[in-house]
Amino acid sequence: MIRQEKMTVVSQKQIATNIFELTLHGELVQDMTPGQFVHVKVSDSLEPLLRRPISIANIDKDNNEFTMIYRAEGRGTKVLATNREGQLVNVLGPIGNGFPVDAVKEGGTALLVGGGIGVPPLHELSKQLNARGVKTIHVLGFQTEDVCFYEEEFSALGETHYVTVDGSKGTKGFVTNVLASRAPEFDVFYSCGPLPMLKALEGFYPEKEGYLSFEERMGCGIGACFACVCKTTDQVAKDYVKVCSDGPVFPKGTVAL
Amino acid sequence: MSRLTIQLPGLELKNPIMPASGCFGFGREYAQLYDLSKLGAIMIKATTVETRPGNPTPRVAETAAGMLNAIGLQNPGIDKVMNEELKFLEDYDVPIIANVAGTETADYVEVAQRISTAANVKALELNISCPNVKCGGIQFGTDPATARELVEAVKAVSEVPVYVKLSPNVTSIVDIAQAVEAGGADGITMINTLIGMRLDERTGKPVIANGTGGLSGPAVKPVAIRMVYEVYKAVNIPIIGMGGVTEAQDVIDFMSAGASAVAVGTANFVDHFVCPTIIDELPAKLDKLGVEHISEIIGRSHR
Repeated sequence: MIRQEKMTVVSQKQIATNIFELTLHGELVQDMTPGQFVHVKVSDSLEPLLRRPISIANIDKDNNEFTMIYRAEGRGTKVLATNREGQLVNVLGPIGNGFPVDAVKEGGTALLVGGGIGVPPLHELSKQLNARGVKTIHVLGFQTEDVCFYEEEFSALGETHYVTVDGSKGTKGFVTNVLASRAPEFDVFYSCGPLPMLKALEGFYPEKEGYLSFEERMGCGIGACFACVCKTTDQVAKDYVKVCSDGPVFPKGTVAL
Repeated sequence: MSRLTIQLPGLELKNPIMPASGCFGFGREYAQLYDLSKLGAIMIKATTVETRPGNPTPRVAETAAGMLNAIGLQNPGIDKVMNEELKFLEDYDVPIIANVAGTETADYVEVAQRISTAANVKALELNISCPNVKCGGIQFGTDPATARELVEAVKAVSEVPVYVKLSPNVTSIVDIAQAVEAGGADGITMINTLIGMRLDERTGKPVIANGTGGLSGPAVKPVAIRMVYEVYKAVNIPIIGMGGVTEAQDVIDFMSAGASAVAVGTANFVDHFVCPTIIDELPAKLDKLGVEHISEIIGRSHR
């Protein structure tokens, strides 16, 4: 159920260049699943006006806390980064349909591929897969070393490969370079990141079951405004899907890339 | 709540607050958040004869205290709207204002004729002002004679009162308002969005795929207030005002300028509970003004 809540800042810290980790406390947490997102009003003023959709990186239901990791790049996220412990943040959520954790059987292996600010939701996903007895392999791509984060956290959950465009950390190039050279064995893949990466993955594993998380500019975030629609591959069954309310996660092959 | 009731052609409003067309879909999503029966009315998303796929993405962009959109009138077409969306809304005690869009007169006439027969549709809102599609009605909304002819054609077939949504993207909105009144319009809704553009900082190219988009949000409120003020003086049919309404004071402002009711658009994206919140806050506003019934403030800036 989607709710609006003034959530309390538990902690805020910078974990890489312009990358922030913000932990919030509130009741909304009880309804969260991995891959969902929250719609955040970063300021009580009219400027910036619109909410910001931000993915959920960590869910702690025992303590009513969740963590989001975001890049403070635009006006809204820069304001969000000024929040300190004890302050209140207006959060609408949780929103959308997340990753199907039960798509992999116990004892199976999942491949998690993330790119940039698409990496955070894979952390909670990996935690929950591990909790079900699923082995996880992570391939995480970034532009440069200074924007990489959560190496220890992902490594604690399974085999983890870093890739950077400039080669400053891990393999140089794109996530597909790692996938081509190492050919990991797995049952299901999950991915979140830029469109070219999602498209490349679909091409890489045409026979495998896979789930992709999409990003699109949003208005309302709940499916009413039709801002974030994507064309589908099967135009007969349904000609479009909304990223906010039908997604952000879709089975591989659903969205026309 | 009797202090907030408003009577308009076809509409008995519990209160003067309604979500604006295009910002509320067909109500389903917001029905998950609160009881739609609380609203004065609902202006549903534009409906056309056929399914409309809308424009390429990105379709929205933020601006200073505002938003640009170029959704492109995406909707499932009149059959689905009648059979599924309006049926769904029958579960709520709220009148529906159906926004009617088209490419040519025959489209408007067909949608108006059919949708006005739905049990819960109590009025039509003729969309002659969408700036985001090449043939989205704006060609009807910028010329007084054409606007009048379209209103006459729709009035001839509609089972319910017809309101006309005016564009601010004209030289004289008063001329268009008087033309649609002469054509038999029962009311006016105003304003639609202002045509705008935002450029990408890096590339210098438009952020929205369509190039231009319709500007809405608090940034447009002064323009909308001015236009409601001018049109109120020039016509004798009621006005439903909109443009940047985000709080109860904005409602007071629009009604003072001459609006009989007020629609809330972009603010629904920012605070999804804004409509019920404003409704709850209005009685205290009336107390402060020393006004018993909200209708007493309609057009007070002219007195």
